[in-house]
Amino acid sequence: MTAEAAARVGVSHTARFSPAWVAERLQGAVLHVAVISLTVAWMVPAAGLLISSFRHFTDINQSGWWTALAPPYNFTLENYVQVLQSSNMGQSLFNSFMITIPATLIPVTIAAFAAYAFAWMKFPGRDWIFLALVGLLAVPLQLSFIPVLKVFVSIGLVVQNWGFVGVWLAHTGYGLPFSIYLLANFFRALPSDLFESAEIDGAGTLTVFFRIVLPLSVPAIASLVIFQFLWIWNDLLVALIYVGGTKSVAPLTVTLANLTNSLGQGYNLLTAAAFISMLVPLIVFLSLQRYFVRGILAGSVKG
Amino acid sequence: MDLSLLLTDVPTLVVVIVGVPAVLGAYILGGEFLVRRLPDRARGSVRPWIWVAPALFFVTAFLVAPAIGTVFTSFQSHGGDWIGLTNYQRQLVDFPNGGAWIAIRNNLYWLVLYTLFVLFFGLLLAVLFDRVPYESVVKSLIFMPMAISAVALGVIWKFMFWYQPADAPQTGTLNAIVVNVFHQAPKTWLTDPNVNNFALIAAAIWGITGFSMVILSAALKGIPADLLEAARVDGAGEITIFRRVIFPLMMPTVVVVGTTLVIFALKAFDIVYVMTAGNFGTDVLANRMYKLLYQADNPGGASAVAIILLLAVIPVLIFNLRQFRAVEARR
Repeated sequence: MTAEAAARVGVSHTARFSPAWVAERLQGAVLHVAVISLTVAWMVPAAGLLISSFRHFTDINQSGWWTALAPPYNFTLENYVQVLQSSNMGQSLFNSFMITIPATLIPVTIAAFAAYAFAWMKFPGRDWIFLALVGLLAVPLQLSFIPVLKVFVSIGLVVQNWGFVGVWLAHTGYGLPFSIYLLANFFRALPSDLFESAEIDGAGTLTVFFRIVLPLSVPAIASLVIFQFLWIWNDLLVALIYVGGTKSVAPLTVTLANLTNSLGQGYNLLTAAAFISMLVPLIVFLSLQRYFVRGILAGSVKG
Repeated sequence: MDLSLLLTDVPTLVVVIVGVPAVLGAYILGGEFLVRRLPDRARGSVRPWIWVAPALFFVTAFLVAPAIGTVFTSFQSHGGDWIGLTNYQRQLVDFPNGGAWIAIRNNLYWLVLYTLFVLFFGLLLAVLFDRVPYESVVKSLIFMPMAISAVALGVIWKFMFWYQPADAPQTGTLNAIVVNVFHQAPKTWLTDPNVNNFALIAAAIWGITGFSMVILSAALKGIPADLLEAARVDGAGEITIFRRVIFPLMMPTVVVVGTTLVIFALKAFDIVYVMTAGNFGTDVLANRMYKLLYQADNPGGASAVAIILLLAVIPVLIFNLRQFRAVEARR
């Protein structure tokens, strides 16, 4: 076994039970203890809330969640039942889907067109416009709220008349700089021979885009869709500004924030509500983690 | 839940899911159809604009034009009269405790502590996890908070910081430790101005560390193994290797993650809004802007705060653009 391989798997060359061997084993043990205790400590906050959400109201107020780990086990679903019945969680879950699905679909489609042009077409000002998009990645959304709201109100594009159309359009504008940036970087990395040989075969721009670029970019597009989906699903600020807290339209984040501010002492419902709001993002995350991580890497490690 | 809404909203959703791609697809097909009718020479100069036009429209309508509008609003009274710098003056009066100063101070806390600790934990976890065979499992667990909303994160940490009077059993995790392990009086983590900002920042750090860990871990794996092996053969200890080989090679990535975190810190909103609503001296600029807009009905003041936020972001923005151009130049 080479030294490199040995170092990688942590196998020692030293004789068994020699002092060096013991020292090496100890180091390994310290490492595992450090890794596992850090990870466990990191999970405590979420685990505490999860356990609390299955405890009775009276128990939550009288003892810490860790006491529930010892017998007698006294778990219940009443918090979940109650929060689904009494609060607005069901409607909000539905509203979150209503907001998130179109607000993911529209910007990703538009960004794919634009990214293709930025990556493989020549036009005056192309590099400057792309640079401006990169700059916009850092600009706080706060800068846009007041004028957009004014225009929405003056043309009647408000929730009462048009439902979620306003927030879909706003999310489209806000999501585009990142989406174009991510996809253009990916498209540019495709080998140019592909395009040249396709052109020689007489394929038009549309054929190249739909038959070559899109199928090859499925991983990048998947990353972007997950990103945009989670970003909008978890968004509070944009929803507060353009949708507001009215029960019939509020998404999960807004409803949960309202519960947090109003419930005060009766917080047993809050525990269940928080987990209901996490359900969809956690399913998306756990099943598609690979793409999510790839999106993060593509979006931040520039170049 | 009102079932009648399902009857109107579900068809809407179906129409949108089918309709949006259909409309956008038709737009591109129609555009291409028209381009082909053009003389040869004109095609190449018209086609790109058709492909970027929808994106440019949305970005201009929802980001660029409104940003310019906000600059104007920040110089206007509620009635629309031109009042010069009065809005800024009102926000920046009474240093250090009046107007927006508390928020500016707290954003500075966020900027420094949040950025440094997230980088520190991210690097620590990336390096430690790299050495164990169950790396992917522990990474997923640390990364999981990235998937949930800051609102849910706020709820999780409200429970961590829960306070009960000293004679009652402590149900909050931190106060239980304070009382039972350190035998101190329980702390009001979220209302005590000496600790509450740090409590909020700690919650935010918990949520975002997975992000920096994942990126730094990828950079760490990009370091050639022979380089580290050569250092080991030369007798360098693990800590020396980290300081002299690993860290310098990861520096560019640390900088990229750091600038992203600085932007996150400046834009901090959700956690503050959910956990303290900016009370007890925990306000930040983004929350102050929201309050001025919706609770005080003061769009001029809110715009001024937004512009202050923009001014804070501009150095990072310039840095990002330079970074981007440097990478482009190498391409």
